[in-house]
Amino acid sequence: MDLDLTDEQRLLGDTVNGLLEKRYDANTRLQLLSSADGWSRDMWHRYAELGLLGLTFEEQYGGAGMGAGELSVVLESFGRALVLEPVLATVVLGGGLVAAAGSAEQKAELLPGVAAGETLLAFAYTEPGMRWSLTGISTAATPAGNGWTLSGQKSAVFGGDAADRFVVTARTPDGEVGLFLVDGAAGGVRRDAYAMQDGQRGADVLFADAPAVALGEPADALEAIESVLDVAITALCAEAVGAMDRMLWLTVDYLKTRVQFGHPISVFQTLQHRAADMFVSLEQARSMALVARLALGADDVAQRRKTVRAAKLQIDVAARHVAQEAVQLHGGIGMTMEYPVGHYLKRTTVIAKTFADIDALTELVGADGGLLPSG
Amino acid sequence: MELALSKEDRAFAEEMRAFFTSEIPAEIRDRLARGLHPSKADIVASQRILNEHGMAVPHWPLEWGGREWTPLQRHIWSEEMTLAHVPHPLVFNTAMVGPVIATFGSQELKERFLPKTASAEIWWSQGFSEPNAGSDLASLKTSAVRDGDNYIVNGQKTWTTLAQYGDWIFCLVRTDPTVAQQRGISFVLIDMRSPGVTVRPIHLIDGGYEVNEVFFDNVEVPADQLVGEENKGWTYAKFLLGNERTSNAGIGVIKNRIARAKRLGGEVISAEPLLRARLTRLEVETMALEMTVLRVLARESSMPAGTPDPVSSVLKLRGSELQQDAAELLLDILGPAALPFRKERTVPDGFAALDEGAVDAMPTYFNWRKASIYAGSNEVQRQIIAKAILKF
Repeated sequence: MDLDLTDEQRLLGDTVNGLLEKRYDANTRLQLLSSADGWSRDMWHRYAELGLLGLTFEEQYGGAGMGAGELSVVLESFGRALVLEPVLATVVLGGGLVAAAGSAEQKAELLPGVAAGETLLAFAYTEPGMRWSLTGISTAATPAGNGWTLSGQKSAVFGGDAADRFVVTARTPDGEVGLFLVDGAAGGVRRDAYAMQDGQRGADVLFADAPAVALGEPADALEAIESVLDVAITALCAEAVGAMDRMLWLTVDYLKTRVQFGHPISVFQTLQHRAADMFVSLEQARSMALVARLALGADDVAQRRKTVRAAKLQIDVAARHVAQEAVQLHGGIGMTMEYPVGHYLKRTTVIAKTFADIDALTELVGADGGLLPSG
Repeated sequence: MELALSKEDRAFAEEMRAFFTSEIPAEIRDRLARGLHPSKADIVASQRILNEHGMAVPHWPLEWGGREWTPLQRHIWSEEMTLAHVPHPLVFNTAMVGPVIATFGSQELKERFLPKTASAEIWWSQGFSEPNAGSDLASLKTSAVRDGDNYIVNGQKTWTTLAQYGDWIFCLVRTDPTVAQQRGISFVLIDMRSPGVTVRPIHLIDGGYEVNEVFFDNVEVPADQLVGEENKGWTYAKFLLGNERTSNAGIGVIKNRIARAKRLGGEVISAEPLLRARLTRLEVETMALEMTVLRVLARESSMPAGTPDPVSSVLKLRGSELQQDAAELLLDILGPAALPFRKERTVPDGFAALDEGAVDAMPTYFNWRKASIYAGSNEVQRQIIAKAILKF
């Protein structure tokens, strides 16, 4: 049993942490939040130089050919620093879908640009009124000449503000959910860009007879999407663990330095025990992030999917606990935009509402006999 | 958690499973699977078989029956035993007094006690807690005063589990009342048939009888039954309690309870989404805790022995809570069938047979409230974690 990071993974983590400690402190991040882009193109190019933007792509497409372990190491560091750049949107989702469903030509056309930091992607699948199911879409794909046109509205598209290309789910004339590539600059594409609640950028995107090409074969793409979501959920789990870790230590530091009634408030047992319970939640979350990572290597798809969702369920619950307590134990300062801890509450809340929420995950994991054996 | 195990570890688990299910009599295992307590005879019979096959004390030194297994292999051994519904070797013998004697006892004590401790020829009881020394164990007052070749022991122990079967009791006693609490405690072995030893039952809220008060009234204890050095008993006690690190999670117990609840509650679970949701959350958290156990085990091999690890307090804290939640779940699945208090499953002719679990579900729920109290209450565990992270 080897649950430790490999030397290479540890080195990768140290490198990313080093970069972020040097160039991504809380004040820098606050400035980025209110900048026009909302994130840093400079950092984006640094990530590209470190190979982070092609981490899991095959080497022939400009990638580093690494796996979920390395991706988790990077995302945990990003979670600790609350990185704003659209790595999940462009690399994990957009790049992941092109790698999973795209033709060899499409991979060769798109992935090297993503890895080099030149191409931004976004995955547009949520629609107004939709909850968590991938199939509840009405965006329609219609054959047109050698390609297709798409019509419909997508909402809450992470990275949708700046994406050069969209990977879009749309219903084909056969009634299947297909994946399509749409150029962000094409006619018939309009964006309503905004910041998400956690400051990451996104957009609603309106497609009106927008020219599109099928990503790979224009066939039912649900399995390809789900398999990319398995990876994306695992990455989010790691990011949430990084954020929770930082919240716990911010809180611990605060309890030890804040003086009231003549003592640091860490002398009060009610606060000590609440900090201890945060630690319990964090460690259980850490374990489940590891479970998800290991599960990605499992052969049984149904088991893998259920286990990855179980991980997100545990981590979402833990993150809600840790984040709410972190703000509470900080008192008023935790409510301010200026102090970091509230930003972690915002990010982990958004994570818990990304792909599937606690209730939906409870349903999914509990279906078909649940997680553990009967007997 | 097959995911995290190597091929060799999985083969080891398979070997354990095969051994437990083929060598331990099915009638003993069936009783445990149906939620009944093992009898004294069940426990002794099971431990004899385990000991004959070198499976009772794998964590002891090699010369006294140990196996030099890794911490992970010992964990697998213990979990597979639970999952096969095999009564564990007496924890007082094999996990508590045995390792203390083997580590700190004289050669004479080792030869006198270790073989019979491994085989359960001696049934040991644990004399630690006192009426006024619970979480604050070091405040214990039972005294041992040297008198020639003997100690004269006076005082009272309590919560002494299964002392009604006890042949011997290992006790923490105060040998020096003049120094700081922890430095005046010794570890002695007392024959429970000695004049002046009285065992009195404590009846618990579940209707069962598993704990006792043990009184010592001028009990003469030969001085050669002192383990190690006088006034070093606190060190030995800490060593003993440190051995419980990962077993307190009780993953096997939780899994067995979940499995049984799912078997008995199939229809209810399909029909009641709120109950299903609770079950799901319990299953997920159990999976998380199992990985936390494995993480602690993986670290144990790389950390110097005795290094405190606050994550082992997470295991006790969440483990006890999940064991309790799992017991409560079965209670909720049974509904009104769990209400009658019955000693036996038999019903008069013409009456419907009882649902499985009807007799034991609510008593187990009541009984298991103990899990967050014993072995360092959960509040003590929170204090240990807080101390580690806040460094006070």
